Amino acid sequence: MLCQICGKNPASVHFTEIHDNKMSEIHVCERCAEEKGLHATSKKQQFDIADLLVKMVDDSSGTEEERVGHVQCPRCGLLYSGFSETGRLGCAECYTAFQFQLRPLLRRIHGDTRHRGKRPVGEGEGATRFRQIQRLHDELQRVVEREEFERAAVLRDEIRQLEEETRAGGEAKP
Amino acid sequence: MNGPVRPPADFDELVARPARWLSAEGPHADLVLSSRIRLARNLRNVPFTHRAHEEQLQGVLMSVSGAAQRGQGFAGSLLLRMAELSPLDRQVLVERHLVSHELGDGTRPRGIVVSPEERLSLMINEEDHLRLQAIAPGFQLTEAWAAADAADDELDQSLDFAFSEEIGYLTACPTNAGTGLRASVLIHLPALVLLDEIQRVLKSITQVGLNVRGLYGEHSDVMGNLFQISNQTTLGRSERDSIEILDRVTRQIIETEEQARERMMRDARVQIEDKVWRAYGTLRHCRTIHSREVINLCSAVRLGVALQLSGLCPLNVINELLVLTQPAHLQRAYGGELSPAERNVYRAQLVRERLVAAEPGPGPSA
Ligand SMILES: [Zn+2]
Ligand SMILES: [Zn+2]
Repeated sequence: MLCQICGKNPASVHFTEIHDNKMSEIHVCERCAEEKGLHATSKKQQFDIADLLVKMVDDSSGTEEERVGHVQCPRCGLLYSGFSETGRLGCAECYTAFQFQLRPLLRRIHGDTRHRGKRPVGEGEGATRFRQIQRLHDELQRVVEREEFERAAVLRDEIRQLEEETRAGGEAKP
Repeated sequence: MNGPVRPPADFDELVARPARWLSAEGPHADLVLSSRIRLARNLRNVPFTHRAHEEQLQGVLMSVSGAAQRGQGFAGSLLLRMAELSPLDRQVLVERHLVSHELGDGTRPRGIVVSPEERLSLMINEEDHLRLQAIAPGFQLTEAWAAADAADDELDQSLDFAFSEEIGYLTACPTNAGTGLRASVLIHLPALVLLDEIQRVLKSITQVGLNVRGLYGEHSDVMGNLFQISNQTTLGRSERDSIEILDRVTRQIIETEEQARERMMRDARVQIEDKVWRAYGTLRHCRTIHSREVINLCSAVRLGVALQLSGLCPLNVINELLVLTQPAHLQRAYGGELSPAERNVYRAQLVRERLVAAEPGPGPSA
């Protein structure tokens, strides 16, 4: 089997991702594993509370489209299964589209999911809207955890609206 | 600072000058060759490089190089478009640590902006739209960070970076998301290797969450006792904290290596001096030599210079040899293609000439 990142060297490092109670395996060569800072972890370590929470959220809101491999980024069209194959996301919005799958993955890679570093200083209109979408997504995550589903529906509508605005006005090159 | 540096007019001039990070000027430069900061950034409205169209990437190349050249950090910099360079010249950039292998073999609209003396460089349309890099000679991560941070702020003035409040800077590979930071030091650890203590040290580096690998070697192969140590994670910690951890661990390793050198000199001074001088003698008089041998012999000479054996060449000459004796640089200096066997002969000539030119001259040390 060839490495899923470079496609050149034989894959010798294997690890397992679990989402939606489905396991998927990643196979990479030693060099890419080292470069990407990926470590083979034992399956048992992966069940931390955050992962379980995410899985519960997935189950409770589990519409058919949200079945993992078929989750698609509305902006660039990348399927989650496509990401699993290459290890690369398609665009900035993939992070929102795949957030439920990415959160446990980021936690496994970095031991954390929160950015604590510097932030852009510029505040364009697109940046403001994007940040607003991010904040709404954060809130959505929290209300779903608290099972406030009516509030969640309102938030989803707001997010959809803003995302449509982004798509309509955000195609221009910077 | 040495006052303003005249910017290189073109690729030829860039290549003709040694990069500043080879100057061996920084603190602990006898152990730490260079300190490097890399920041990964993407433009919000364009798909990541591997999913973007040709025209979109052209647009990225234009807007990013334009933004860079408007800033102070990249004043007087040179923009090189990969498509306009020969494969040999692209390889030259890889050997100078300015370009990754990925960018080096690319045919898509890719480029690099290089500041005078190669302090700052900006790879465009690699795995991420922007890979900003600051390199400083010796052990000065904070200086490199300050340069990269300031240049990043300047780019941010005119570019709309993909950023989320929760995850930070968004990158093509989730292993870089957050700060997008890769801070690294290139460190020379001959005594720890010689005394067989390196495995223990490398293991402890990995245990504190840092990444370590050999330089130049294929996979886990280590050449010239050179190691690159870098941070591994980009979420959950600020850039300063990540750099601080790498800084602290590097200090400990420097101390461990220095203690190993002391022990080595106490127990086997003659053998060490013999090894150093034989290495120097081989480099100084060889008639054909493989690049791997140059790297390994340079390691011994570097150790000798660090141990203050007099009569050897200055450190910057050793640093420069590591770059100048690699295949692409060699063939560029020669002015044409060379077979591997011809390269070995020309390499030997170049090494000898460099060492003769650096010799202290007639005096008591000869
Ligand atoms: Zn690979
Ligand atoms: Zn996408």
